[in-house]
Amino acid sequence: MFEDLPLFPVRASTFAGQVDTLYFFLVAMATFFVVLIFGTVIFFTAKYRRRSATERPPPIHLDMRLEILWTIIPLILVMISFGWGASLFVHMSQAPEDALELRAVGRQWMWKLQHPSGAREINQMHVPVGKPVKVILASEDVVHSFYVPAFRIKMDVVPGRYTATWFEATREGEFHLFCAEYCGTQHSGMIGRVVAMKPVDYQRWLTSQASEEPIAVSGERLFQQLRCESCHQTTSNEKGPTLTGLFGRRVKLESGESVLADEAYIRESILNPHNQIVAGYRPIMPTYQGQISEDALHQIIVYLRTLGRAPEEKNPS
Amino acid sequence: MSVVAERTVASQARPPRRHYLNVNYGVRSWLLTVDHKRIALLYLVSITLFFFLGGAAAVLFRLELLTPRADLFEAETYNKLFTLHGLVMIFFFLIPSIPAVLGNFLVPLMIGARDLAFPKLNLLSWYVFIIGGLFTLTAAIMGGVDTGWTFYTPYSSTYSNSYVALTVTGAFITGFSSILTGLNFIVTIHKMRAPGMTWLRLPLFIWSHYATSLIMVLGTPVLAISLVLVALERLFQLGIFDPRLGGDPVLFQHLFWFYSHPAVYIMILPAMGVVSEIVPCFSRKRIFGYTFIAFSSIAIAVLGFFVWGHHLFVSSQSVYAGLVFSFLSMLVAIPSAIKVFNWTATLYKGSIVYRTPLFYALGFIGLFTIGGLTGIFVATLPIDVHVHDTYFIVAHFHYIMVGGAIMGYLGGLHFWWPKITGRLYPEGWARFSALIIFVGFNLTFFPQFILGYLGMPRRYAAYPDEFQVLNVMSSAGASILGIGYLIPLIYFFWSMRYGPYAGANPWDARGLEWTTASPPPTDNFEYKPQVSQSAYAYDEEQKVG
Repeated sequence: MFEDLPLFPVRASTFAGQVDTLYFFLVAMATFFVVLIFGTVIFFTAKYRRRSATERPPPIHLDMRLEILWTIIPLILVMISFGWGASLFVHMSQAPEDALELRAVGRQWMWKLQHPSGAREINQMHVPVGKPVKVILASEDVVHSFYVPAFRIKMDVVPGRYTATWFEATREGEFHLFCAEYCGTQHSGMIGRVVAMKPVDYQRWLTSQASEEPIAVSGERLFQQLRCESCHQTTSNEKGPTLTGLFGRRVKLESGESVLADEAYIRESILNPHNQIVAGYRPIMPTYQGQISEDALHQIIVYLRTLGRAPEEKNPS
Repeated sequence: MSVVAERTVASQARPPRRHYLNVNYGVRSWLLTVDHKRIALLYLVSITLFFFLGGAAAVLFRLELLTPRADLFEAETYNKLFTLHGLVMIFFFLIPSIPAVLGNFLVPLMIGARDLAFPKLNLLSWYVFIIGGLFTLTAAIMGGVDTGWTFYTPYSSTYSNSYVALTVTGAFITGFSSILTGLNFIVTIHKMRAPGMTWLRLPLFIWSHYATSLIMVLGTPVLAISLVLVALERLFQLGIFDPRLGGDPVLFQHLFWFYSHPAVYIMILPAMGVVSEIVPCFSRKRIFGYTFIAFSSIAIAVLGFFVWGHHLFVSSQSVYAGLVFSFLSMLVAIPSAIKVFNWTATLYKGSIVYRTPLFYALGFIGLFTIGGLTGIFVATLPIDVHVHDTYFIVAHFHYIMVGGAIMGYLGGLHFWWPKITGRLYPEGWARFSALIIFVGFNLTFFPQFILGYLGMPRRYAAYPDEFQVLNVMSSAGASILGIGYLIPLIYFFWSMRYGPYAGANPWDARGLEWTTASPPPTDNFEYKPQVSQSAYAYDEEQKVG
């Protein structure tokens, strides 16, 4: 019977145990106070039931010690919850540098994913166990939310920007992938599965998807097709700055600001180039807003990141 | 039978020959009234209709959720039903419930005033409310809206093919009725207190309404302008929220929750005021920690404006913003805990009389405690990452809004029913339905905590098979809850004609509203109230005039 009635979600990531421990602390605290309040209310209500018409309750005066006590104790407890939660949250917000990077696009009503090797999936995500995996999320339409309960992770997928989440699976199996942010008619159909497998099986699965080229190669091809290289060449010229070695550098803008050339910057520079003109250049680049899909943006950005990085990263094995 | 009830029988006088209900008759005398008591009844009738409309929508989608597939309705209908439920219950029932009905009726009576400061503005607020309601109902009849009551962009502003503009216009208009009510209460409480009614002699019901009014006046305009912006983007492609038009979708979430989180306190603070009146009356004691309860209402109202970001922990808000909002949200637990402990302490060594309003108040304390404690869960960052937008959230806020606000509203309605109508409700039926509501409520919403932690997202028309058992429990509870709410509807109607006369003060309560006749005369008092004691002087005889 209890197979039909799960009461607790499966734990399948390194976060799951940590989140659950914090949850149990909160459940214990909540149970204590619920028993205390319910117990006291019921006890007083029964014990002090009015028994005679002449009964006069004794006056009870304000006791400052009591007021301070029941201000301080909850304050301490919520500060513990805050501190514990904050430290875990900060940890959960920083993906390790060496994480495997998957690129996902949400749209009404499906999930599209691409692996660095180029393998594409729809409504499923194969991942290796025991290796940190980072998922970079983009939306083609409305706000979605990427939610894997077994991993205890969730991140909104917001149109117009990149968001990211990461996890490290700890056990093999299939787990739910849900869209958690209401996104329209078939919101509850925007579901999929996460397949966590041994690293060797994952490699085998990747090779079985061999028909695809690596993301960076697709990006390079798009870079040529869209004629980006007519202005952005290997050295800067008067039409445009070089993109070699750009990623991760600070860029000085015409406005005098200096910004970090990260994925958000590159994305914005492709879609709305006039917002961030590099110092010394004229605003001649056309906008690609509406002319380039989120998948293609992902690919170009991955390609641009390989420029000026160590050469072995250019061709992921 | 309790002593309070025996006194009732002894003092059972016929109501005064002339009172606010029979001073004149006819549709015009009601639709053009400027008597705060009659306006309260206009609100009572309107929000009751809205409550059963919102409830019917809930019953329908709970039926749909009996099975894992979207089979009773298709997904589109399901989406429109939960949107209707949320919209109607929040904007047209919960927000006006206690302030516009009980507050309207009681604020002048409790402070010894003849009426609110601006009686015509008060009537206007009801008309504004009704016009807003008609817009929303028209949209619902024409085909409905499917955005959820939260109207998240760019779905609402660009993608949804439903009557979004008409609906947000309705919510926009209705907002003004709550601004007007809040304004009226603030001025009335400042300027129209009877001689001797100092701030620290005010009933806590007044303190909580004062705090609520501050939120209404300061918060509602932000919601209004956000909804206008949604409509403008939808109708004229003005780029505000849709990134394709150069807008920012998360901006909407900030604006929306800047009002809509404080709005939660608009719903719960007045209920806390009700509980603060009921508990001392039926314990026959002064309320414990008066000043702490009074100022904790203000603290909740002020803090409530600085916690909106906890709705955006996974919305790509920065990690630092997440930390700050988590910290501030935790602080709301303190004034809430102070209230719960002080109410509980009020029972200590009391002389407790078992009557229905007290049962509702105790139910409120218990369920609000659960709702409040689970609020700490969702303010804790990693827990919220997991349970955000799941049934855990649904359960949490229903414990606050149904377990808290509606329990408070029903408790207050029973407590002041004799004052409003001059008649007593049937105690046996009232206790029975309170029990049904308590059981039905917990059966509906407790399983949803488990569902949520398991990972079932909210707003799902179809769901994986393993969630079915808990969903069936929840739907069964909802049908019990529905019956529980119908019983008071019937016996309140019955009591208006057949209930025994209540007399001026059936509960032997303190507070100015009990010193005048039931139902009160149009001018509220036949003498000039002079106040020389606290609203909770249960250890003294009531001093009048």
